[in-house]
Amino acid sequence: MAQTYTPKLPRVLPRKKRVAVIGAGMTDFRSINPHTTRELVYEATRRAFDSCGLTPADVDAVVGASAPDAFDGIHMKGWNPVDAMGACGKPYIREFVGGGTGVGCVVTGWYYVASGLYDMVQVSAWEKMSPPVPHAQKLFQTIFEPILEWPLGPNLVWIFALEMNRYMHAHNLKKETIALSAVKNKRNALDHPHSQLGMKITVEDVLNSPVLAWPVQRLDISPSTDGAVTLILASEDVAKKFTDTPVWIDGVGMCIDSQYWMNRDLAFPYYVYLAAQQAYKMAGISNPLKDLDILEPYDPFDYKELHHLDGLLGKQGLAPRLLEEGELERDGKHPSCPSGGLQGVGNPIAAAGAMKVAELYWQLSNQAGKRQVDNAKVGVAQAWGDLMQVATVVVMRS
Amino acid sequence: MTKAVAVIGIGQVESKPLTPDRDFRELIYTSAKKAYEDAGVAPDDVDALLTNEYDFYAGISIADEYTPDQVGCRLKFDNLVCNDGTIAFINAYMLILSGIADVVVVESHSKVATDVKNYPEVLLFALDPIYNRPLGGHPYYLAGMDMTRYICDAGATREQIAEVVVKNKGNALLNPSAGFGARLTVDDVICSRPAFWPINELDIAPLADYSAVVILASEDVARAVTDTPVWVIGVGHATDSSYPESWSWGEAIWVKNASKEAFTMAGIRDPKKQVNIVEVTEAFSYQEPQYLEAMGICKKGEAPSMVEEFYIGGRLPVNASGGCLGMGYAPQAAGLQRIVEVVQQLRQQAGRRQVDNAEVGVAVGSDSEIVKCGGVVVLAR
Repeated sequence: MAQTYTPKLPRVLPRKKRVAVIGAGMTDFRSINPHTTRELVYEATRRAFDSCGLTPADVDAVVGASAPDAFDGIHMKGWNPVDAMGACGKPYIREFVGGGTGVGCVVTGWYYVASGLYDMVQVSAWEKMSPPVPHAQKLFQTIFEPILEWPLGPNLVWIFALEMNRYMHAHNLKKETIALSAVKNKRNALDHPHSQLGMKITVEDVLNSPVLAWPVQRLDISPSTDGAVTLILASEDVAKKFTDTPVWIDGVGMCIDSQYWMNRDLAFPYYVYLAAQQAYKMAGISNPLKDLDILEPYDPFDYKELHHLDGLLGKQGLAPRLLEEGELERDGKHPSCPSGGLQGVGNPIAAAGAMKVAELYWQLSNQAGKRQVDNAKVGVAQAWGDLMQVATVVVMRS
Repeated sequence: MTKAVAVIGIGQVESKPLTPDRDFRELIYTSAKKAYEDAGVAPDDVDALLTNEYDFYAGISIADEYTPDQVGCRLKFDNLVCNDGTIAFINAYMLILSGIADVVVVESHSKVATDVKNYPEVLLFALDPIYNRPLGGHPYYLAGMDMTRYICDAGATREQIAEVVVKNKGNALLNPSAGFGARLTVDDVICSRPAFWPINELDIAPLADYSAVVILASEDVARAVTDTPVWVIGVGHATDSSYPESWSWGEAIWVKNASKEAFTMAGIRDPKKQVNIVEVTEAFSYQEPQYLEAMGICKKGEAPSMVEEFYIGGRLPVNASGGCLGMGYAPQAAGLQRIVEVVQQLRQQAGRRQVDNAEVGVAVGSDSEIVKCGGVVVLAR
């Protein structure tokens, strides 16, 4: 597939300060959680602090993260749970790049520490998608261009169907192949204590589920979810004081493409490729397929896992072949979404990406329990958002 | 005081009460073009983009989708913060310090004056849906309560607070980018229509459309491309509780914490003597003296009686641009507007409102008129 543009790769300057994740906590992911936003955030934050024996008093700055305000109907909603995060009186921001927020907030936390201004930073991501009735999907109409696209009544299933068609056509893929991703991730999620949709299904189940917008079917999609995740980040000298098993954030990348998604070739996410290259360069990774032990690509739809893996691995059409050969299984050569991903664990937009970073933390510090991947040393987590436009990537190392 | 990061370019479109002829994307493009021309760099030289917006004001969820094309930052590092422009600026500063970028573009805009027809109702949605929102009303009542407590604690008179409006609207007459300049008297302010007691109509900064782009660069780049770099020597940001019930009423705790952080970083022990120009985001007249006290520029309770010292030509000019009362309140972009003014002053480009011998300037930005969260930036020539 010829790219219509070849911009320069992002420049990467030498890293100044090493940053570690030293604690993580998350709530259960549920389609409807009766708790308020503040309560969800409090629960995740409490668990994160308990996991590393720290208190909010130890934290210098707080990064909050949540996707569109419309979900819980709170204007400037980043400000709502500051008390629950223990952020009062401290530096506080809310980071937000659509679905990419979950990993983007970790990138933000990374530069808070790497800049040398703050030694310990708390990153809290949350989403409450249950208030919109009957479904949060309608709100996604408001992300589209108000003059040219909005009047068509688009939503995410609609544009994903376009992209999925294009991806399947470009690489001559069958739905049977893509459905394997749903089967794998939902099965992996059975081992995740906080998962919403862990289950045993077959390829036939996916192919027989109701069609929403061809070729997207019910079981191709992740659910809408309430949930929150909190991570504690620290600089090298501080991290070593509090934990023996820090997991280092060695590379970060973010990239945004044009808003005019209609003008791009949707078969390959070039922005994911660029963000990943930036992170790899920083982390000193030359051959991602060989050097990475765990992959956590963003998988709101089953084909999206493969689509993003293509970008992360830098090779068009590679991921579907790996999936067919079983190499993306948890005990395969290149485990992808060992957590269960968004399809299995759930997809609270901003918190979903942060869940992937938390999974890397647990995997690389040997705390993943039944989901543990053997000898995992290096992993990558990626999220994606805006109008099929933003990619956020972190590379972590134990 | 470290000189690691500098502002190399600024661009803004004038603040106006109505901009029906231009889309928000056209506003962004216009200010970006001006900023690139001012900085002498091209979009190709830029490493990262920092932007800020609020969904409900944009009427679009995830409005940063529309920024990269307008500022020429397609396929570059991008981050969005849902806070004031000063905090986006601080994030850009940290990006450069972390070593990931050399040149960062910060974008901020407001189109609320034209696009938002039910502003009070939208703002009401910022309050907690269970405890506070059901009380209803125009949320500015919270500012009325805050002002009551402030003037009570400070022992200030209504006339002293009105003097702030007279000063800022007067300054705005000297600023070609300000849309709300006026020659007023204290009586005009006190006799204007009561709004949210003790706040009168003229005590409220009117909503404005506005857009600004600021370009930051690391030391090496800054020295190479410009003869007039304005150095970022201190930054700080902080938040207060989101429960009005828990606020420190009458006092801006977040300004206190943020400015303490910023002044410490800048090595400023006595801001009253070491700072030459101050720009604060005052959505209401009383907030200017309140913030000045929180910053330690005046002792507690003294600021209202010192307003004559804050005129252009006074001991410490405050809001020489006209502030938000004179330039209009541009939600999210008000902080970047303050930074743009400080940069113009430090570069001696402020025309008729130029402050003599300005060496160090401070900009204070607030997330919203009723949200107690924001950032402080210290700049030096």
